[in-house]
Amino acid sequence: MNETKIFERPKSLVDVVTHYCPGCTHGVAHRLVAEIIDELGIQERTVAVAPVGCSVFLYNYIDVDAYEAAHGRAPAVASACKRLLPEHVVFSYQGDGDLASIGMAEIVHAANRGEHITVVFINNAIYGMTGGQMAPTTLVGQKATTCPLGRDPKLAGYPIRMCEMLSTLQAPAYIARVSVAKPKYTIKAKEALKKAFLTQLDGKGFSFVEILSTCPTNWGLRPVDATNWLEEHMIPEFPLGEFKTPE
Amino acid sequence: MGKRFLMKGNEALAEAAIHAGCKYFFGYPITPQNEIPEYMSKKLPEIGGVYLQAESELAAINMIFGAAGTGKRVMTSSSSPGISLMSEGISYIAGAELPCVLMNVMRGGPGLGGILPSQSDYFQATRGGGHGDYRLLVLAPSTVQEAVDLTMLAFDLAEKYRNPVMILADGFMGQMMEAVEFKEIPRDENLPDPAGWAVGYMKQRGSRALVKSLYLDPEELEEHNWKLQAKYAEMVKNEKRHETYLWDDAELLIAAYGTVARIAKTAINELRTEGLKVGLFRPISLFPFPYDPLEALPKSIGKILTVEMSCGQMVEDIRLGVGKDMPVSMYGRVGGMTPSVEEIKDQVRKALGR
Repeated sequence: MNETKIFERPKSLVDVVTHYCPGCTHGVAHRLVAEIIDELGIQERTVAVAPVGCSVFLYNYIDVDAYEAAHGRAPAVASACKRLLPEHVVFSYQGDGDLASIGMAEIVHAANRGEHITVVFINNAIYGMTGGQMAPTTLVGQKATTCPLGRDPKLAGYPIRMCEMLSTLQAPAYIARVSVAKPKYTIKAKEALKKAFLTQLDGKGFSFVEILSTCPTNWGLRPVDATNWLEEHMIPEFPLGEFKTPE
Repeated sequence: MGKRFLMKGNEALAEAAIHAGCKYFFGYPITPQNEIPEYMSKKLPEIGGVYLQAESELAAINMIFGAAGTGKRVMTSSSSPGISLMSEGISYIAGAELPCVLMNVMRGGPGLGGILPSQSDYFQATRGGGHGDYRLLVLAPSTVQEAVDLTMLAFDLAEKYRNPVMILADGFMGQMMEAVEFKEIPRDENLPDPAGWAVGYMKQRGSRALVKSLYLDPEELEEHNWKLQAKYAEMVKNEKRHETYLWDDAELLIAAYGTVARIAKTAINELRTEGLKVGLFRPISLFPFPYDPLEALPKSIGKILTVEMSCGQMVEDIRLGVGKDMPVSMYGRVGGMTPSVEEIKDQVRKALGR
């Protein structure tokens, strides 16, 4: 019998067990990024900037040159790295607390300068690593350890929509929101991520992909229920699609 | 003597960095150091470098983290409140062992304080403004020429030890104009090759680089800390710098650094004409602090007067150096006020009972 291998681990994805919880979609997002790095043949000239949060150990899983940045500052680190190494492909990978809370200034200004970097933004509407506190993207009414009765907009405002906000800026070239909760979304997520990396490779400027992700542990849901919850509650709040595409 | 240029201190600091091979600057405006970024924004693009005005000091220092991680010569400059904002990032840079040069053109604090010269960031610079057991190499020039020379040295030291080096100047030096010469200093050939550790060399090296200060395993973090401490011990062994002036027969020693040391020299010269035997001890490296000469003072010295533009910071190192048997007093002006020659002379006369 002839055996043909049709599925294997991407070369730039390290062969280790990750520290992520069962049902967490970080692993899917990591894999998509690694697949794209392989497909574009850029492993030896790619630089990753890891955030503070659950994906702090990104560099243990994707085998490229990497920085571990201070909380929220990944876009500043990536901006400078790309300016000094313009032939390299530089991306940051950040969660919602890192990017949309403590690092809001850095992401807005990196986008506004049109830095030739790619930002992968994981939005799971909660602080994962610290144990389920309210995030800037937590939905109204969604319970978290620091809003045990659910997010009250009178006290904590409304979830921040990063794609919409960054799309008001003139400089960014590519902005899209996708999800990896179910295979039908994951296929589109990969397309968007690839466009984002190509935007950088083609010298077209700043690219940003928000990935709606699950956090079953801190949402208090089983993994499959979490994917359904994301679909029912997050997608209406954070509509999927492309907000900006390169001219 | 080579060609001399009349330059403002801040511009001389910037030009010295360019002479040292620094082509990359990231910073945020703050008085009284704005001539440094202004100079860089004009010059660096002309030589194929990068000048980038960050959105904040927080971003600026993290840009330095990103830039220094490539192993190229990079710098930022700021003034006291800005350095406070950068201190978190400086701790990360020290933890990740990245070479870079930081300039603090000090102004008065605490808080927003004022914009006039001060030396009240001595503790912050030498004891660490950020968290964790780390050290900066701290160099304190007292003339614009020395600021130029030390800036050039700073880039070599940063690479030699893979550690941030701070030029601790004050607003006086930044704003004062003096003639300076940019001496050609041969580059240290023994500096480590960034290809061994920096990002951007994966193809050449065959393996990736990791720039980080995170060690979650306590045994690993302890080991990392001892490694850093061993490096700091090497700095202490090799990099202490100081100047003495008329101290062999001195009865009273003035201890001062930076601009204040310069004012003190004038006071000493004038006091000598009155027959008062006064000398100067001027630390040039603040970390490592040159304790050794204080441990072997000339026998004639019976008193030490420390003069600072602070409420008394370096005086603690002077006391550590001389021990408890030597009387040490302190005279300080703060908030942007500067000790005058006359004030220093009065303090000396008072101390000597004349």
